[in-house]
Amino acid sequence: MSWLGVFAIIGGVVALMVFAGVLGMFTFVGRDPGDAALAPPEADDGPGRLLVLMTTLGGGGMMAIAAVVIVLGGLDALIVAGGLLALFAFLSVVVLALTYMERKVLGRVQQRLGPMRVGPWGLLQPIADAIKLITKEDITPSWVDKGVYWLAPVAFFIPTFLIWLVIPFASGWVIRDLDLGLLYIIAFSVLAIAGLFMAGWGSANKYGFLGSLRAIAQLISYEIPIIVVALTIAMLTGSLNLSSIVEAQGSVPYIALQPFGFVLFLIGGLAEIGRTPFDIYHAESEVMGGPFVEYSGAHWAIFYLAEYVNTFLVGVLVALLFLSGWVGPVLPGVLWFFIKVFAVVTVIFWFRGTFPRLRIDQLMALGWKALIPLAFVNFVLTAFAVFYHWPGWTMTLMGLGLLLAFGYLVNARFTAPGRRPTVRMIPAKELRGA
Amino acid sequence: MASLVAFSFLAALVLGAGLGVVLTRNVAYAALFLLVTLVAVAGIFILALAEFLALVQVLIYGGAIVIVVIFALMLTRIEEFSRVRDNPQKPLAVVAALAILGVLTAAFLQFRPAVATLRGASLEGLGKELFTRWAIPFEVASLVLLVALLGAFLIARTGVDRDRDRDRDGDAPPEGGGR
Repeated sequence: MSWLGVFAIIGGVVALMVFAGVLGMFTFVGRDPGDAALAPPEADDGPGRLLVLMTTLGGGGMMAIAAVVIVLGGLDALIVAGGLLALFAFLSVVVLALTYMERKVLGRVQQRLGPMRVGPWGLLQPIADAIKLITKEDITPSWVDKGVYWLAPVAFFIPTFLIWLVIPFASGWVIRDLDLGLLYIIAFSVLAIAGLFMAGWGSANKYGFLGSLRAIAQLISYEIPIIVVALTIAMLTGSLNLSSIVEAQGSVPYIALQPFGFVLFLIGGLAEIGRTPFDIYHAESEVMGGPFVEYSGAHWAIFYLAEYVNTFLVGVLVALLFLSGWVGPVLPGVLWFFIKVFAVVTVIFWFRGTFPRLRIDQLMALGWKALIPLAFVNFVLTAFAVFYHWPGWTMTLMGLGLLLAFGYLVNARFTAPGRRPTVRMIPAKELRGA
Repeated sequence: MASLVAFSFLAALVLGAGLGVVLTRNVAYAALFLLVTLVAVAGIFILALAEFLALVQVLIYGGAIVIVVIFALMLTRIEEFSRVRDNPQKPLAVVAALAILGVLTAAFLQFRPAVATLRGASLEGLGKELFTRWAIPFEVASLVLLVALLGAFLIARTGVDRDRDRDRDGDAPPEGGGR
């Protein structure tokens, strides 16, 4: 990793901070809750706001570029800034595609058509949704803690976005090929928790707060198995560089050597991004959207964007770590990469249509009593195999064995008949005493 | 030049957010300021060419430690500790802070970098040193964390929770029947 490369990351962070600051200023200026009652309700009409938003986004982008250039100077800076902007555009398009895809897949699962009205086969539906979200009124409840409330979407989105600096899409198609790429991804994905906490705490809403507490508990628990699995992969490869990990896999993807690691990573990844069956912290029927309950309009859209970017990230990471990334016959590398990523993403959407949501105590039990110990066992066994140069199939066998153990544990914990209830009836007498 | 600009920015961020941690009376703000401070320190690590340390700083301090602080806020009674108040340990804190300042100043005055060119430590070298020469201090550090964890657990489980647990362990059949 070059010394300038490290600066590029700092520059990127600074630039995004500036960008975020401008966005925040816009929202402060744009909405003055003081005279909301006096002003006519149609004072800020949709197209006007859209225009203001677009100018602000453009201005923010320019300032981001300026910040990067100031910090770095030179051609390298321009490349990084251009890369960041291109990445943002790419991710926005991906999110639009994912929302459409999710609704279509869910439609198929539930034997209906999904969106069909806007454009041919409903193809323009995501664009209509995006326009609706941006032009919608952005309501601020009067009781929120304004600074924290406004910064929360940005604090959630920035780490999510910065992760993409090190993701290779094909051989050499990467903004910064860091040697510590995998560690970088893990470190920045952890930071997003702060955004969720800020959202829940800042909205001063009991559902929001409960949701963010759930999010913290859930994310901090499922981080551990993910990190352990990532370490296992790093041990197999002898590198934390994502490109090297893909190259080390070659034609034998790690899913063959680490079947249990693959399952762990997928489960842990789903829990980290809060998708069904682990969407406990924004469960609509329990906490009414959790940390996002008070958000609307463009601010809610930022959360939404980050969530879908995260979903895509899980697909990308699974493809890179376990499905040998862009390696494949005949077709060009990028195409293979996206085929694999979208296959994983389809499976994630399929889960959503299939599995019911876990309860919070079940989630914790699954994480701490099954995933974490088994992840460590997998790690130690793989270490033996790597150190003593055991042939690959021994690792496959061990992984399959652990998978069986995992299945048995889950069955014994959750579905076996005659297990002790985890929820207790509370007599009315006790409630009166409280 | 670029590194000077970046360093000034980061140092200002560290100091400003650090003051924020100390001066704010709201514990949630303090936790968030702490997060900014620790992440900015990671930035300074990057300027010192210690990328691995920087990433670990973000992961351990920015992620885990701050999250655990927030967790602790949740577990203790929010109505009691929603605002920080002065406590009798203030002089002790002053003494500790002055001692640390003294040690750091002495270290700065003593330290003369021997290498002429800047280069970062290799990850391999770091790992080898950590797990051979410094293995025992490394393990002791983890023991400290364990003790802190147990302490937090004890503080969190006071009063009502403990009573409720005793009831549950007794397995008394719920009176009045269930629905």
